[in-house]
Amino acid sequence: MTLAAPVPRLVDQFERGLDAPICLTWELTYACNLSCVHCLSSSGKRDPRELSTQQCKDIIDELERMQVFYVNIGGGEPTVRSDFWELVDYATEHHVGVKFSTNGVRITPEVAAKLAASDYVDVQISLDGATAEVNDAVRGPGSFAMAVRALENLKAAGFKDAKISVVVTRHNIDQLDDFKALADTYGATLRITRLRPSGRGADVWDELHPTPAQQVQLYDWLVAHGERVLTGDSFFHLSGLGEPGALAGLNLCGAGRVVCLIDPVGDVYACPFAIHDKFLAGNVLSDGGFDTVWKHSELFRELREPQSAGACSGCGHYDACRGGCMAAKFFTGLPMDGPDPECVQGYGEPALALDRDKPRSSVDHSRSGGRTPKGPIPLTLLSAPPKKFCNESPV
Amino acid sequence: MIAPTFDADRHWRLHPQVAVRPEPFGALLYHFGTRKLSFLKNRTIVEVINSLSDHPDARSACRAAGIEDGDQAPYFHALGVLVQSQMLIADPGETP
Repeated sequence: MTLAAPVPRLVDQFERGLDAPICLTWELTYACNLSCVHCLSSSGKRDPRELSTQQCKDIIDELERMQVFYVNIGGGEPTVRSDFWELVDYATEHHVGVKFSTNGVRITPEVAAKLAASDYVDVQISLDGATAEVNDAVRGPGSFAMAVRALENLKAAGFKDAKISVVVTRHNIDQLDDFKALADTYGATLRITRLRPSGRGADVWDELHPTPAQQVQLYDWLVAHGERVLTGDSFFHLSGLGEPGALAGLNLCGAGRVVCLIDPVGDVYACPFAIHDKFLAGNVLSDGGFDTVWKHSELFRELREPQSAGACSGCGHYDACRGGCMAAKFFTGLPMDGPDPECVQGYGEPALALDRDKPRSSVDHSRSGGRTPKGPIPLTLLSAPPKKFCNESPV
Repeated sequence: MIAPTFDADRHWRLHPQVAVRPEPFGALLYHFGTRKLSFLKNRTIVEVINSLSDHPDARSACRAAGIEDGDQAPYFHALGVLVQSQMLIADPGETP
């Protein structure tokens, strides 16, 4: 809304930081039944230091006091924590809404029915191909069938408006219409986000990130369909391709200003794509709680200072993209005050062609030996997912 | 659901599923039902929103917040936007 009194633009207000995050991602575990090649948290094995149920509840109490309206819960695969549903219930009872991301492994008909009964839980099913072939190449054998079965269960239970969350790659960008159709089939909303070179994503980014021509294709698709597609506002690096405001949403990097990440051991990072010591603000257990870390960490204070446009200061599009994504620059070994590696004005490519030192995160929970050829790692309940829901014996 | 049109002479209040979080620039509003976020860009509009239910109508809530009648138009516009997004609802006890 616009008021008569001159007020600074909201974007400028946000860049100075808020009293609490708007959008908080909380990864509950590094354990995962899949081994996606682009996993931004390099998940696989559980970390023995992961927060206990009580420690998680203490964080929820703090989020309630700070009026963090909702958390995006992820992992790893968060639903494999034995206390997952207990924590979801505790959060919603304490006025912290929950949106959780899952590969669908635990979304049984029973769970789907329980979810359908809650007004305060959103479910996001990850899918990186509109076909099993494209999806499973990235997320692992059987993962497409698992996700679709979860969507079928949610629909059958009457769960409204699930989200299908897609990381846009070179190989699925031609499937955007198919993803939309798939979402429509399940009464779901499509959410598409940017591939980041974070975690194991650093190893595959060169081969998977959309080409410059595909970036334009993506931009055009978003402008045409943006109103009914969620993006997590993650494509602000594309803003320079058109008129200001053509892309829906707030187009700025919110790291440490309006967003942050709490990882499974309680470490607080500037954003979900920045699990690296350089972006570590503190720990909720050892640094006086989340509120203290959010308000007083040195890193977050720095991020809330005016940022230098650096090499981008002469570019007429800087005000639109603001130099792009901090994490994308960092993990591709580009300078932080220069262009985004996928700069739509073409300044990223020459920078990528130079000698680069790509920083590695010390946080890696990948299973040794990489992905098993036979498919998802069975945790306890599931072996290979059935091809169709009906193939599973009801007894 | 079709939201009613804003009328400055009616009694309005925050939807029971809406939370208001004060911020240096004003406040954030979050609707737990629609999952929508809105921004109040100054402290005066925050005061108006928080006091709506104490006043018989929106016009007197604005006056009480120190907004003179001639300056109320942008505030009514803002309230209208919040009615459209179901952040504000007409008092159910009141018949138009």
